[in-house]
Amino acid sequence: MEMVNITIDGQKVEVPKTATVLEAALATGIKVPTLCYHPELRPEGACRVCLVEVEGARSLVASCVYPVNEGMIVRTNTKAVREARKTVVELLLANHPPDCFTCQRNLNCELQSIAADLGIREIPFEGERKNLPLDANNPSLVRDQNKCILCGRCIRACSERQGVHVYSFVNRGFGTTVAPAFMTGLDEAPCTYCGQCATVCPTAAIVEKDDTDAVWQAISDPKKHVVVQTAPAVRVALGEALGMKSGSIVTGKMVAALRRLGFDKVFDTDFTADLTILEEGNEFIQRLTTGGKLPMITSCSPGWVNFIELMYPDLLDHLSTAKSPQQMFGALVKTYYAEKQGIDPKDIVSVSIMPCTAKKYECTRPEMNSSGYQDVDYVLTTRELGRMIRQAGLDFGKLPEEEYDAPLGISTGAGVIFGATGGVMEAALRTVAEVVTGQELGCIDFKNVRGLTGIKEAVVPVGDLKVKVAVAHTLQNAREMLEKIRAGEADYHFIEVMACPGGCIGGGGQPLPVCREVRQARVDAIYECDTCMAMRKSHDNPAVKELYDTWLGKPLGEKSHKYLHTHYHPQHRG
Amino acid sequence: MKDNHENKCCCDGKGAGSMAKLDGILAKYQGMKGALIPVLQEAQDAYGYLPKDVIVSIGEKMNIPTSQIYGVATFYAQFHLNPRGKNIVRVCQGTACHVRGAKAVLKALEDTLKVTAGKTTPDLKFTLETVACIGACGLSPCMMVNDDTHGRLTPEIIPEILSRYS
Repeated sequence: MEMVNITIDGQKVEVPKTATVLEAALATGIKVPTLCYHPELRPEGACRVCLVEVEGARSLVASCVYPVNEGMIVRTNTKAVREARKTVVELLLANHPPDCFTCQRNLNCELQSIAADLGIREIPFEGERKNLPLDANNPSLVRDQNKCILCGRCIRACSERQGVHVYSFVNRGFGTTVAPAFMTGLDEAPCTYCGQCATVCPTAAIVEKDDTDAVWQAISDPKKHVVVQTAPAVRVALGEALGMKSGSIVTGKMVAALRRLGFDKVFDTDFTADLTILEEGNEFIQRLTTGGKLPMITSCSPGWVNFIELMYPDLLDHLSTAKSPQQMFGALVKTYYAEKQGIDPKDIVSVSIMPCTAKKYECTRPEMNSSGYQDVDYVLTTRELGRMIRQAGLDFGKLPEEEYDAPLGISTGAGVIFGATGGVMEAALRTVAEVVTGQELGCIDFKNVRGLTGIKEAVVPVGDLKVKVAVAHTLQNAREMLEKIRAGEADYHFIEVMACPGGCIGGGGQPLPVCREVRQARVDAIYECDTCMAMRKSHDNPAVKELYDTWLGKPLGEKSHKYLHTHYHPQHRG
Repeated sequence: MKDNHENKCCCDGKGAGSMAKLDGILAKYQGMKGALIPVLQEAQDAYGYLPKDVIVSIGEKMNIPTSQIYGVATFYAQFHLNPRGKNIVRVCQGTACHVRGAKAVLKALEDTLKVTAGKTTPDLKFTLETVACIGACGLSPCMMVNDDTHGRLTPEIIPEILSRYS
């Protein structure tokens, strides 16, 4: 890499020729404040908070879009720089609701932190303020454009990372806002509810819809039997929301916390992840052996399901008909579990803790009522669970490690790796290979489908057949995959798609802030969870075996189809 | 979230046959980079404004996200998302007109036409717009109706002036 020598605040440093002044400063250990800049998105230079002085330049420059060059002399901490940055933030605050106390992002807001870092003690400007209506007509996300600072990160995340292009800057000047085409709400736009926009928003302009009040209410109702399931990816991220370092595995503490919050039973979505493998794995074998539609594509990620229903309805028959683990769980709780425990399903409130905002939408889909009731009543994101634990005053670090309740809390390592990109594929391969060959696998680690590469491919021998698989995460990569299928260039047998970067561990409902390093730490933690499990193959799960023996019958059987499978339909929005 | 932009359909209930005009415009610019603004301009010339289905159709055929086209169309003052009236009233709110009672003139226009500034009458006869200056400060307060300039306005004479246009 070609390097150049520059001087930043008197320090001589060597940086890549392609670096920006901001990148050079950050690498030198100088914290330049930023708002519109995001390390994973194209720089925009919109907010002007990262101003620095470059010797010879006519005015202060936005360091996030200013390239370095040989001999450049940069100063990031002069009186002019400090004053200019302060003015920029004061102007932003002059048109920002002063409601930090009651804001969902209180203590986790980049604008608030920058105001604190810059030592802003008063807002000297007063003038007209935006007064735009709240966009809250969907089950997943709430947009408050009065809190928007027009950084454009959501626009870039939605278009660059997800290829969905829901948002754009609309109007101009003081009237500028961020909105979908025709100023509709997200419910009328082609939005997948993946929530990646919420993960990059520096303020509370886009947040998850908060359902904690409804869950508190259910818990405090003595007539209700409130059960909770926790998704694989929550256990490796919840700690971050409670002050622990990224990659902390908090499974046992989380179970203890959920009991103390008042849930009657604490179960694990990993159980139905194992069940998903049995259904989806057998569906794959059936498609493979009977000339069914291939490649088969996974259907666990509701953001992804929305995407294909919205954008590629002609390819819907590639999707596995297996419901997602959350929805399989919901169907079983109000049928199998209710029967077993002798509880009237109408008295059961089924809550799930998910890394995902699209799951909030998924549970409201009209077909997700195979128990005769809405199968999953409330979905809380990891962030919301973190808030409930804080509200309850639990000292999370000091909680004991507790075990999930049986039987819907028994799971294998194959279930937990659903939380990372490639995990569903690996879990399926562990089972499919053994079911097809009838022989035990020597090595069950399929490492070539792991990791944060956008699209991964592998050829896996299963008996005489070489199974060609692919794994994609982020919807932009999913789009590439679907274009290949449409063009008839995809000779894969099986594809896993997750809507979010890194899979569920990078979901739209996970703790903030998040970046590639954080996602990698969460992925590493997921595989650590896997290796620590006594059982690591879904078909070895004794509770799943018992479920088939005593209630379901066999995979893809009549009862499975009634409770564990679903169908898809094109969506027309926007 | 819907407020200022209503976005009416271009067919006005007469069916979608009118998309043929758009196809002709798009054919001219096929494969050309940076053609969005000229396409929008010509589409507006053809339809009088940019109806929702025209914007959606441009997006599909040029492979540009609808949200981006909407962003462009709302950024430039030259583009209109709602049908325009047969007569365009531009009432000046510039400094000179302001001090000589432009607000009262605007109010008289709004009362007479029963629309607020920026809107079009339901019978599509008038669109009422405000402008910052039309360069006729000596005649203030003033307005233009189409290409005619009207000066030394009072709220009282507004109905009579408007009655000359139908």
